[in-house]
Amino acid sequence: MSTATEKLLAVTGNQAVAMAMKQLDPDVVAAYPITPQTDVVQAFSQYVADGVVKAEFVTVESEHSAMSACIGSAAAGARTMTATSSAGFALMWEVVYVAASMRLPIVMTTVNRALSGPINIHCDHSDSMGGRDTGWIQIYNEDAQEAYDATVMAFPIAEHADVRLPLMNMYDGFIISGAIGPLRPLSDAAVQAFAGERPDGLSLLKPDQPVTMGPFDGLHGWYFEHKIAQNRAMEAALPVIQDTYDRFAEVTGRQYQHLMCYDMDDAEVAIVVIGSAAGTARTVLAKLRAEGVKAGIVKPRTFRPFPTDDMARVLSGVKAVAVLDRADSFGAQGGPLYLETLAALYQKGVHTKTVNCVYGLGGRDIYPQNFEDVFRMLQEAVDGAELPHSRVYLNMKGE
Amino acid sequence: MKWDISDIKNWGPGKHEPGAVIPEAGNARLYRTGGWRTDRPVRDDEKCTQCLFCYFFCPDASVELEEGKVATFDLDHCKGCAICAEECPVDAITMHPEAEFRRKSE
Repeated sequence: MSTATEKLLAVTGNQAVAMAMKQLDPDVVAAYPITPQTDVVQAFSQYVADGVVKAEFVTVESEHSAMSACIGSAAAGARTMTATSSAGFALMWEVVYVAASMRLPIVMTTVNRALSGPINIHCDHSDSMGGRDTGWIQIYNEDAQEAYDATVMAFPIAEHADVRLPLMNMYDGFIISGAIGPLRPLSDAAVQAFAGERPDGLSLLKPDQPVTMGPFDGLHGWYFEHKIAQNRAMEAALPVIQDTYDRFAEVTGRQYQHLMCYDMDDAEVAIVVIGSAAGTARTVLAKLRAEGVKAGIVKPRTFRPFPTDDMARVLSGVKAVAVLDRADSFGAQGGPLYLETLAALYQKGVHTKTVNCVYGLGGRDIYPQNFEDVFRMLQEAVDGAELPHSRVYLNMKGE
Repeated sequence: MKWDISDIKNWGPGKHEPGAVIPEAGNARLYRTGGWRTDRPVRDDEKCTQCLFCYFFCPDASVELEEGKVATFDLDHCKGCAICAEECPVDAITMHPEAEFRRKSE
């Protein structure tokens, strides 16, 4: 399509992201090198060993330390990246909040895998969905190409003057991270031109402009106002992300949206689903469309900030919607994507039948038949049937 | 850079540096931490030999010199840790409960 694009490769999701990191060549990569780490970091360490990147690569003794090192690095003004997954992300928890509240544009890959227990390292979204309130921008990717592209787009979003927030990119563990798929990378020059340089600003390493970062706020200080400022930055990020998606399309021809819509223009029934399962859903969609069923799929990419207006708009003409969550929120009225979607619909006065389906926990497979069943359930709802008020578990054993 | 915080009590979310950065150095002295203190150091000028041990040992830079000699304690920042009294080789510094001074001032 464009001269910025290189030839097609067959790589794993992790290799794709490591390649983007190599091309970005950030100043610092700090990461915990042992399980539950993914081979994003292993591949990057190879680039370091081979001398093809200039990045300072810091291997630390825990994920908590990895994020702490990233905070110090980013506070010093360095472009900083890391990668994590599953329990590793959970161990970072305390300092993940600190990175966001210090407004440091760190970019992290979070490969979506389950949290224990029972001990399980397979794909689900429990890890990053648990971190949805940490103040990080969250972008969910369907495949290796999306994960690569999102990595290239990350710094211009995170470092934007109106935003200045850390950003995490997700993709499905094993299904995408470990399986080989097609990737059409950009040239090194195109990646570097797109990402540009980190804008100059206050940093810990400017002796002529000394600052304090991460101060104690006092007992009656301005913590509250700083939290409000964080949320305003999140709101400001929504148009910045779309602008970046649009600018990326000019270079590559690959146009992203907060919500990727498939056959939604005249859809009466729709499935909202994040990540790799959207690919399976589309094969079912093609079959149903061939049968004349007015079905559609919405695949959210941007989850934080949540594109409320977009979600209400794309679902406004739909008669029955199933929202699929690959993470549960125990004791809540549904999974995180369901609750966000429901709130968007209510807020914008969109009245449609909804149901929450939970699937794929701990790597449980989801088959085309499961999507077909969900679409049939939605069609019956359009014909007057009630949708279940409690979660529908897809591909559950025993019942 | 001089950070003007004269009106900071009225600052809303948009007024602060993002990330609560303090864009100025050396203003920790404006933050008074002496309120933690329960015992106050008192120096006997007649016993004091001006060896400056208290000055060097104070972990909070709260022993103040004038023309190279120990003059006063910075009570806005002294935590009353008593290291100065412990290290003084001639026992010129003694610690006294803050309550005594409060009663005196009343």
